[in-house]
Amino acid sequence: MDKLNLIIKTEDQMIHLGELIGSICYPKIVFAMNGNLGAGKTTLTKGLGKALGIKRTINSPTFTIMKVYEGTMPLYHLDVYRIENSDSDFELEEYFDLDGVSVVEWADNISDLLPNNTIYLHFTINEVGNRLVEITSTDKEFMEKLESIVGEYLC
Amino acid sequence: MKILAIESSCDETSVAIVEDGKKVLSNVVFTQIDIHTKFGGVVPEIASRHHIEKITYVIEEALNEAKITIDEIDKIAVTAFPGLVGSLMVGINAAKTIGLCYNKEVIMVDHIHGHIYANYLESDFKFPVLALVVSGGHTELVLMKDHMNFEVIGETLDDAVGESYDKVARVVKVGYPGGPIIDKMAALGEPTYALPHVKLGKDSYNFSFSGLKSAVINLCNKLEMKGEELNANNLAASFQDAVLDVLCEKTIRATKEFGAKQIIVAGGVAANKGLRKILQEAVDELDDVILTFPSFKYCTDNAAMIGVAAYFQDKVVK
Ligand SMILES: Nc1ncnc2c1ncn2[C@@H]1O[C@H](COP(=O)(O)OP(=O)(O)OP(=O)(O)O)[C@@H](O)[C@H]1O
Ligand SMILES: [Mg+2]
Repeated sequence: MDKLNLIIKTEDQMIHLGELIGSICYPKIVFAMNGNLGAGKTTLTKGLGKALGIKRTINSPTFTIMKVYEGTMPLYHLDVYRIENSDSDFELEEYFDLDGVSVVEWADNISDLLPNNTIYLHFTINEVGNRLVEITSTDKEFMEKLESIVGEYLC
Repeated sequence: MKILAIESSCDETSVAIVEDGKKVLSNVVFTQIDIHTKFGGVVPEIASRHHIEKITYVIEEALNEAKITIDEIDKIAVTAFPGLVGSLMVGINAAKTIGLCYNKEVIMVDHIHGHIYANYLESDFKFPVLALVVSGGHTELVLMKDHMNFEVIGETLDDAVGESYDKVARVVKVGYPGGPIIDKMAALGEPTYALPHVKLGKDSYNFSFSGLKSAVINLCNKLEMKGEELNANNLAASFQDAVLDVLCEKTIRATKEFGAKQIIVAGGVAANKGLRKILQEAVDELDDVILTFPSFKYCTDNAAMIGVAAYFQDKVVK
């Protein structure tokens, strides 16, 4: 398991990090995001969408559970905040097989449905309000590429 | 024309019979909220499972209450989007089955149009109409120059209003659903905490509520670190003040800019008493503008509103 620890000091930096991540996405990649309310999961997704050329406003999918955006690849923006225990009969995992980028907020709620090479992002807010983003994955190639472009945020 | 309307996009399974977009012959809502309360939110699989169990029963009940048979129904209407896919499908499949069996046209309705048209049950529309759509999943200002003509002039860039009520209620640990709880607490408190009223520049009709969510979380953490007691009612009042000030300012500014003759408020948050009060006060200052809210039973998801929107959709298409 490869791991990167980043420190993100502003909302703009979080969007920029999303753009960097978006620039190295490939079809069927899945991002599992966890961390407290207001930690920046949706904010990062906005940047990711920007890198995929999405023009529409990306806003919180908490209520609708899923929003789809058309870009250079489709973006499936899921938020399973309101799903507390996943019986798998909602078939959310079908999105992970489509040729797009899947982003799941509050992914721990459906951890059993995530594919093997999922990219995990864990967000924490420190005492001064900076966001610490811990990225882990078994996808070595992706992690190496990522490490080479996020240098400014490494801690 | 009598329309049988089905709504199953989220929490509710509801079936209504509406005549000519105005007369509600029946509106049966089978609320699933009790089941969800213990989960602190909507649980999709449970949501769709219950819709399936309840829908036949609710359809029969709606026909009984309206004292008519399915043969006397002219058209079927159903919420087609947006919503939880599993839940929506239950309604759509039921509508299509009835349509096929009894040879009746099925009208696919946008849930948001339904919320807007819930107001038509209270009052005819005086165009241009400005609709403030505020619910768990939506925060939009929609300009209507005529029936079924919708132009979104502003929307939330992040969290929806209802969502932000629910999340703040969770942070302050006062329960679910957050909207009515915080509305009640706010009436008992004073806005003593400084929270951001996010307006995004003086010309913008867009909304942003995630910064307010963060500010509440920060405030709670700070108080906890300092070992100070949080006055929950005052926090509720401060939060509500920040939200309503923004909603009201943008609605009134848009009303003036676009010369709207009527403001309508739509969606679950339209039940918020604080919102009703502050908007009424602001509209009282304007000449020749009327303000309508749906009655409380038509604020939350219900099929009657879908029946009304379907009536106009059908009329406009022709
Ligand atoms: N360094 C930062 N990075 C990201 N966001 C920040 C940062 N500092 C402050 N913020 C603020 O934090 C908020 C993050 O909200 P956002 O909705 O993105 O969080 P979230 O993790 O998606 O929350 P939720 O759990 O409710 O879905 C925004 O209002 C943003 O302005
Ligand atoms: Mg979010």
